[in-house]
Amino acid sequence: MTHQTWAIEAEGLVKLFGEQRAVDGVDLTVRTGTVYGVLGPNGAGKTTTIRMLATLLRPDAGTARVFGHDVAREPHVVRQLVGVTGQYASVDETLSATENLVLFSRLHGLPRATARRTAVDLLERFGLTEAASKPLRSFSGGMRRRLDLAASLIAQPPLIFLDEPTTGLDPRTRAQMWDTIRELVASGSTVLLTTQYLDEADQLADRIAVIDRGRVVAEGTADELKSAVGTQSLQLRLADPGHVLAAAATVRDRFRVEPTVSPEAGRLTVPLDDPGAVTDLLVLLRERGLGVDELSMQKPSLDEVFLTLTGHPAEATDDADGSAAQSAADAAGTTVNA
Amino acid sequence: MSATTLTPTPRRLTADPAGLDLPSAVSPALAVTQSLTMAWRGLVKIRRTPEQLMDVTLQPILFTLMFTYIFGGAISGSVQDYLPVIIPGILVQTVITTSVVTGVQLREDMDKGVFDRFKSLPIARVAPLAGALLADMVRYLIATTLTFTMGYVMGYRPGGGIGGVVMAGLLVVVCSWSLSWIFAFFGVIGRTATAVQGTSFLVLFPLTFLSNAFVDPSTMPRPLQVFADANPVSHLVTAVRELANTAAVTHQVGLALLGSAVVVAVFAPLAVRAYMRRA
Repeated sequence: MTHQTWAIEAEGLVKLFGEQRAVDGVDLTVRTGTVYGVLGPNGAGKTTTIRMLATLLRPDAGTARVFGHDVAREPHVVRQLVGVTGQYASVDETLSATENLVLFSRLHGLPRATARRTAVDLLERFGLTEAASKPLRSFSGGMRRRLDLAASLIAQPPLIFLDEPTTGLDPRTRAQMWDTIRELVASGSTVLLTTQYLDEADQLADRIAVIDRGRVVAEGTADELKSAVGTQSLQLRLADPGHVLAAAATVRDRFRVEPTVSPEAGRLTVPLDDPGAVTDLLVLLRERGLGVDELSMQKPSLDEVFLTLTGHPAEATDDADGSAAQSAADAAGTTVNA
Repeated sequence: MSATTLTPTPRRLTADPAGLDLPSAVSPALAVTQSLTMAWRGLVKIRRTPEQLMDVTLQPILFTLMFTYIFGGAISGSVQDYLPVIIPGILVQTVITTSVVTGVQLREDMDKGVFDRFKSLPIARVAPLAGALLADMVRYLIATTLTFTMGYVMGYRPGGGIGGVVMAGLLVVVCSWSLSWIFAFFGVIGRTATAVQGTSFLVLFPLTFLSNAFVDPSTMPRPLQVFADANPVSHLVTAVRELANTAAVTHQVGLALLGSAVVVAVFAPLAVRAYMRRA
């Protein structure tokens, strides 16, 4: 029963790179048939977590099961159930697109003829037919990413890991990638994706875990997370920077929310999304003689989510995933999540 | 950029992933198939980057010319008399030297993203390594052919005829493939390609020079003699000399193959284990 309900059950996952606790006790449960978003800045431990779940890294502590199969004890079974698409395309640069897909199809056990047919089909579905026999060096980032995803879908795995699927893509390709992910889920796949963009997690994920410095700092639906931050915020610049604290006190008294203050710039960020409340606040500030020079409404950025959830800004912790202890292989490409 | 919507293929396993009876290991037959598929990849790579064949083309030509003319007069009295001794020796030395590159290239290859995918696939862990090593047999074949050709150009007329030469060549290719597992192991555990090359040459030089490849070991000090006589490379050189010069298949062929089998039995599991741990 639980195996059918849960695609992923991870408890207390830990991964050390030397002294660095890249992943420091992550718990995740992902329901089958849903999209789960892991949101966090560079170096938070997202990639390392995925690599452990996909059997690419052995956890130093904790357990993880994929459809009930332990990743450490039954890695071969888990590998038959997952597809992994990395932040850096894991396709063979020296081979053409067709050759790549034929290679991976053959490795999945498809007979030669079926492998060729699968390659042709996938290239067509992913709009790569024209570039099928071109060397990968001439591929754009988006084309590479699509080929990478196509390669992950050969075996039609029930669980797909997408590590920052849209980082570095132009907006149009990003939208296409989002459509693909939605279709994957519509056809019954479970997707675990990592992202640095709140917007992306919001668009795609049923549930989101916010991860920071190797720990899950918040977990819930997009709505639950947003209510913790406020969907939008009002940004004010006061005419007299000396009035900032007084204005902040006004906000606290009347709206029971905690504004973010930057006194030197005379700026105040207030998590309010109701236009009525914004109007009330502006009126109140004028009544109290606290003049406003500039105002704008802003959607919460990842920085603000972080600031709210962790109490510190979401700056990359430089060596979280790229410490010296990690192999040159990782440094060269795959886990440069630092 | 194409505007095609990215439509995935229909699901197959999704109905009840947990209820499926999935194998927990790869069968040996499947491991062989997967290794051959990986070898195909290696061959495509060689075809795409012919500049990587520089060493296996230049080295046989250069080494054969150099060693024959440098040592010929000193060791056998004349270049002509030295050829039946040196060509098999040079052949073995050259081909084994090119197998060091296998480890170095494996290291470079493993640093690329595609190895992540290989690790995530439900394939035998040995397949990516075995495939790379199998594809490199083409390199050994090129080096072997060129060495014999150079010898022929310089006046070497092997007494074993075409049959003896072909058998000798095949034996060298097979044994070099076995020894390349040593360098594959260094390739997997090494940090950088340069480090792999350095370590490999430390093993390579005693292995090839402390043998009967260039000189008669009875002229060496006693301890070196003992090593040279036990060295599988010596047995390989002797077997190749006998095959190429007289077409005789002696127990030396058996000893060379046995030594090779031992090397594979020891270093293949070591390399695969290191490869798995290095994930």
